Amino acid sequence: MNLHEYQGKQILESFGVRIQRGLVAHNAKEAVDAAKQLTQETGTSWHVIKAQVHAGGRGKGGGVKLAKNLKEVEEIAGQIIGMNLVTPQTSAEGKKVHQVLIAEDVYYPGPSETSEFYMSVLLNRATARVMIMYSTEGGMDIEEVAEKTPHLIFTEEVDPATGLLPFQARKIAFNLGLSGTAFKEMSKFVTALYKAYEQSDASLFEINPVLKTSDDKIMAVDAKVTLDDNALYRRKSYAEMRDLREENPIEVEARAVGLNYVDLDGNVGCMVNGAGLAMATMDLIKMAGGEPANFLDVGGTADAKRVEEAFRIILKDENVQAILINIFGGIVRCDRVAQGVVDAYKNMGDAIKVPIIVRLQGTNAELAKEILDNSGLAVHSAVQFQEAADKVKEVLA
Amino acid sequence: MSVLVNKDSKIIVQGFTGSEGTFHAGQMIEYGTNVVGGVTPGKGGQEHLGKPVFNTVADAVKETGADTTIIFVPPAFAADAIMEAADAGIGVIITITEGIPVADMIKAYDYVQSRGARLVGPNCPGVITPGEAKVGIMPGFVFKKGNVGIVSKSGTLTYEAADQVVRQGLGITTAIGIGGDPIIGTTTKEALEMLVGDPETSCVVMIGEIGGQLEAEAARWYKESGSKKPVVGFIAGETAPAGRTMGHAGAIVGGSDDTAQAKKRIMKECGIHVVESPAQIGIKVKEVLS
Repeated sequence: MNLHEYQGKQILESFGVRIQRGLVAHNAKEAVDAAKQLTQETGTSWHVIKAQVHAGGRGKGGGVKLAKNLKEVEEIAGQIIGMNLVTPQTSAEGKKVHQVLIAEDVYYPGPSETSEFYMSVLLNRATARVMIMYSTEGGMDIEEVAEKTPHLIFTEEVDPATGLLPFQARKIAFNLGLSGTAFKEMSKFVTALYKAYEQSDASLFEINPVLKTSDDKIMAVDAKVTLDDNALYRRKSYAEMRDLREENPIEVEARAVGLNYVDLDGNVGCMVNGAGLAMATMDLIKMAGGEPANFLDVGGTADAKRVEEAFRIILKDENVQAILINIFGGIVRCDRVAQGVVDAYKNMGDAIKVPIIVRLQGTNAELAKEILDNSGLAVHSAVQFQEAADKVKEVLA
Repeated sequence: MSVLVNKDSKIIVQGFTGSEGTFHAGQMIEYGTNVVGGVTPGKGGQEHLGKPVFNTVADAVKETGADTTIIFVPPAFAADAIMEAADAGIGVIITITEGIPVADMIKAYDYVQSRGARLVGPNCPGVITPGEAKVGIMPGFVFKKGNVGIVSKSGTLTYEAADQVVRQGLGITTAIGIGGDPIIGTTTKEALEMLVGDPETSCVVMIGEIGGQLEAEAARWYKESGSKKPVVGFIAGETAPAGRTMGHAGAIVGGSDDTAQAKKRIMKECGIHVVESPAQIGIKVKEVLS
């Protein structure tokens, strides 16, 4: 589950990670009030207005701006709230901005120069351990840094038996070239950041930039936080942070009925049991000359109710010109699935206007084909995987 | 010969009396698998499906000499079940449970490594050696005995591959479902290594998907091993968009080197017979064996 910047920062702060402070506003008036309050609390005279959407590269799309007085706060907040923000990570239509974060200005002048670092905490799948990845090149696109100057990216892996050790936090601070107060602050920052990661069941923290202020404070200026969906059951207060407006509405609906669905851009919908077979089916659709309209894993039970729910979800996508159902019946009997398809088809009346190709293989596959062929419905049935692909080609022609 | 499980394996079921455990343990026993008992804390001393129930894995090992376990325990408690099995000296720990928090698996993985046990899964269909032992949730009848090994991240795609192989008049030595989670106990490389080393296996089918480096690692090992045993490979998810999780928690393209295209390229470079279509797996196996 992805969080907004302001939510991620709330979590970080609750574990003692210093953050750039801010307040959320939903309209221009709230933005001005927030700015006033923030000035009282922090003494900041300028404010940064930051669009809160689930996408990176917000600055490039005009979603992050500096306001030097309250009039500018009002103007800029008014512009950003309600806009469709287009960034390198959004679609061409962009993402609608419902709220902004009014944040303190942390690049104020002082005894030393400010500097920016990069830091993320994530799973290293190869070693099954959490690692902290960091770089002196903050504020930049990290993929670009990795490609052009890989020697400027460091990693520190955490032994699950001990957790992050103090010498590791010091090593990170030294590698970032810090000394004195900033060094101590960085060690503290890293320690608190790891604690937050572990105790929030996060799967990704990306802090870019981590800022050393002109008075040697270390703080998170941005926060991209992703939490482990499998652990949300024990992080109820974080689970409530889910912002459904940021997610695809069909996917939200599918999840509510327990279907694993991912919306794609193609013209052939599919309904499959098992994630691997579902991906393989999408690939086969492409080879047959179509484009997959979705990923959909119906799971282990493919009865009439579930098939009908899956049909309804797939048909919400208006680009769907055909639907391929691919079930490998193991424990699930194919004849039951076939009956499910027939019943769902009948229940839905005229709602299904596109050709349906059903491929059932495994337990009672032949019987299932008979049920479909004798149903009088406009269903193309197949038993072999290749047959199903050929039928897709046929109906698209 | 076979790998991981055979007719002599002494198998216990953790989460034995729950609905999943009961159903699949029943299927395993019906298949002829040597299930010697099960574990459900608090139900020790009872009998279930005609087998003894124990409170702890340690008790089960002591009483039955169990060396293999299959875990159906719910996600919140599954990592603990894995560690309990490793601590009790179980050698092969097959975990079916889907949805275990990553933080729990980091601990369990480390613990299992330190105890020298072999973990398969989690979020996997299990392991089957046809005619000897079915330690998983796969439909047993699909897997006829033969000389083709299978290693796969996916359940139903494994059944699909086995079915295609069997339709070519061939059969399976052992099929290993390694699971689709970001952290799994047995990697593609380790499973491939076992199957390539098995004298009864004359060809291996290796099925992967987008995300992670496991297939590339296995392919590089295969090339270095110099093995002449043919390997047929398929990677699912060519059409999956970057940055989206496709059902399996580990099936997500993170960079340019974990796409289906990149993996297939590396596999081909390492001498693996890669099929572009998932419908061609069986035909290709037949071809490389003749």
